[in-house]
Amino acid sequence: MANKLTISLSPHVHGGDSVKKNMYGVCIALVPALLCSFYFFGISAIAVTAVSVASCVFFEWAINKYMLKNPRPTITDGSAILTGILLAFNLPSNFPLWMVVVGALFAIGVVKMTFGGLGCNLFNPALAGRAFLLISFPVQMTTWPTPGQGFLTLDATTGATPLATMKLIAKGEASMSDLSNSLTDMLIGNTGGCLGEVCAIAILLGLIYLLVKKIITWHIPVSILVTVAVFSGLMHLANPTTYVAPQYELLSGGLLLGAVFMATDYVTSPMTHKGQLIYGVAIGLLTMVIRTWGAYPEGMSFAILIMNAFTPLINNYCKPKRFGEVVKK
Amino acid sequence: MKTFRIGGVHPAENKLSAAEPIRVAELPKIAVFPMGQHIGAPAKPIVQKGDKVKVGQMIAEAGGFVSAPIFSSVSGTVQKIDTIIEASGYKKPAVFITVEGDEWEESIDRSTDLVTLADRPELTSKDIIDKIQKAGIVGMGGACFPCHVKLMPPPGSKPEWVIINAVECEPYLTADHRLMLEHADEIIVGLTLLMKAVDVKKGFIGIENNKPDAIALMQEKAKAYPGIEIVPLKVKYPQGGEKQLIDAVVGRQVPAPPALPVSVGAIIQNVGTAFAVYEAVMKNKPLFERIVTVTGKSLAHPSNFLTRMGTPMSQLIDACGGLPEDTGKVIGGGPMMGKALLNTDVPICKGSSGVLIMNEKEAKRGEVENCIRCGKCVGACPMGLEPYLLSQCAEQQMWERLEKEDVVSCIECGSCQFTCPANRPLLDYIRLGKSTVMGIIRSRNAK
Repeated sequence: MANKLTISLSPHVHGGDSVKKNMYGVCIALVPALLCSFYFFGISAIAVTAVSVASCVFFEWAINKYMLKNPRPTITDGSAILTGILLAFNLPSNFPLWMVVVGALFAIGVVKMTFGGLGCNLFNPALAGRAFLLISFPVQMTTWPTPGQGFLTLDATTGATPLATMKLIAKGEASMSDLSNSLTDMLIGNTGGCLGEVCAIAILLGLIYLLVKKIITWHIPVSILVTVAVFSGLMHLANPTTYVAPQYELLSGGLLLGAVFMATDYVTSPMTHKGQLIYGVAIGLLTMVIRTWGAYPEGMSFAILIMNAFTPLINNYCKPKRFGEVVKK
Repeated sequence: MKTFRIGGVHPAENKLSAAEPIRVAELPKIAVFPMGQHIGAPAKPIVQKGDKVKVGQMIAEAGGFVSAPIFSSVSGTVQKIDTIIEASGYKKPAVFITVEGDEWEESIDRSTDLVTLADRPELTSKDIIDKIQKAGIVGMGGACFPCHVKLMPPPGSKPEWVIINAVECEPYLTADHRLMLEHADEIIVGLTLLMKAVDVKKGFIGIENNKPDAIALMQEKAKAYPGIEIVPLKVKYPQGGEKQLIDAVVGRQVPAPPALPVSVGAIIQNVGTAFAVYEAVMKNKPLFERIVTVTGKSLAHPSNFLTRMGTPMSQLIDACGGLPEDTGKVIGGGPMMGKALLNTDVPICKGSSGVLIMNEKEAKRGEVENCIRCGKCVGACPMGLEPYLLSQCAEQQMWERLEKEDVVSCIECGSCQFTCPANRPLLDYIRLGKSTVMGIIRSRNAK
């Protein structure tokens, strides 16, 4: 009997949290947005998501088994599935499926596994995949089907997204009236855009789930959204005919999706709350700078990728407040 | 409701034995007294093989100022002086006594009448500290720091409060809880003695609000004693940590090591220590028995025992229905900071607050995965440290960086490892880093 007792150091109990619980928790939080994308973009959205998830999982499995020769399978931790869903969320629904596979290969193969797999990557794999596709296939990446054309529509007609219209307004090539009435549509998702970014309500439902389940804290999403609101509010006050009101900025493009699901990626965001606030504010500022003065209508993904690169630096300088009063000398 | 400000976790409480009244454990056949039951110099045996001893007789004297004498808890004959593996896992010299009858030293007052400071107005601060030192009292929460040392703060520091640690934030343990329910008066008198010893007017008893019956009873009893306040605390681990408790009760944060709690005016003593102080000063009874919780999910009857020191843990486990078939781990203390034991022959010592039996399933650690950099350990650390970084630096043997990152501030509470989704052995590595860095600091200071 005596020789079968386990000897290990304390603590002898564990809280029961796991990598799986966190990854699948985020997947559950993505379900409302996923269902909305199926509703608005029909079967082609399902096809893009399915291909993206399947190829992400396949590449992770294959690289892990044949290149890294790691005997422990890593696909069950849910992170590859999550990357797959998020990559699909960043693509238009009529995106050619073979290009989805290329994007997944870049996201998993280059951005994630080259660095050593989950936890070691510098950049958010799904976003880096999106950036890669945007640069490689700019035309396909910026052609947006208009939503609600019937479930089985494969060859959908395309149209401008609110963000593109906003860019035109800023250039003086469109007027504010082109945007009117679309605020409700933007809330429920009845607008052009990437699969997962269109429905604000669905994303906010996901945010509430993540907060309630304590998968993320409020710091990153709130700091991004507040920064964008303040920045665009000031611009709008200064020049209401050129710059749209903050609610349009907040609801358009990938801002909400990015703030809730992309910027909050554990691996590539800072560890301390103070660091997370700096990171969030910087993402908000960069996004608005790119949206307002940059060549691309959308700046969210680039802003997050840029700040991913700064995360190690932020971690190095943003220390939590240590316990203990400062000794008076 | 009050609590400490930084970090903390909420382990499942599992206070299985909270409703079990304290039972008097049977006398052992052979009692074993390890010589190093406290922090500081080990005690030196003053008995020899064949000597007859009584209950309460000193069998080892203090080995220095930071040390404590050890008293026999049984009457009988010294069988041998040998070594034993005690709860810390180290081999220590120990006195073995064969038990014969139960004959107490006549100087011990065995009546249960309450004696208060009003009955003994002649007691001075020096008398009290002297009695405590001579009774071999150490911190009974588990750290076992000699009690009298804390009551003699270094010159220049001025104690303002005595805070009694009745938090019992470790899951499973109920010894302090039962002690409060059954000996509330004695504890409060013990606190008045401690307050008199360090000449302060204000005493607090911090109790977590998962023990409402103890809070209500203590509040009722404290009414008769001016200057004593019961502080209900929000349940959060590690509230029983000395620094966390001071922060929770009086809102002061002890500066980084080597500063002592008294540098912010606080003297902390465990509730079991306060009871032992009462018995030593008012009843002339040295420290040779204590309350021990014996618990675990597979155990037939989790219980609280009044146990003589030196009793083997196996005897207490048998009194709870025996060691379960599926036992995977036996822990001396609670699940967060207790020590896994090699076997159940280990004797109960001054710091043994509990014996926890875990089944095979509970004893297994989860599979270690890559750090996903979620930052949950940073949020959980009650000292404001970055456990992921400390663990990583220790793994890479980056001792200088570790020192710069304040590894010596770690209180080894285990909140980081408890919370880690990737099951990383964070505290294992941090302990390695902390002890190495402390060694480096010591050798540097010695130069």
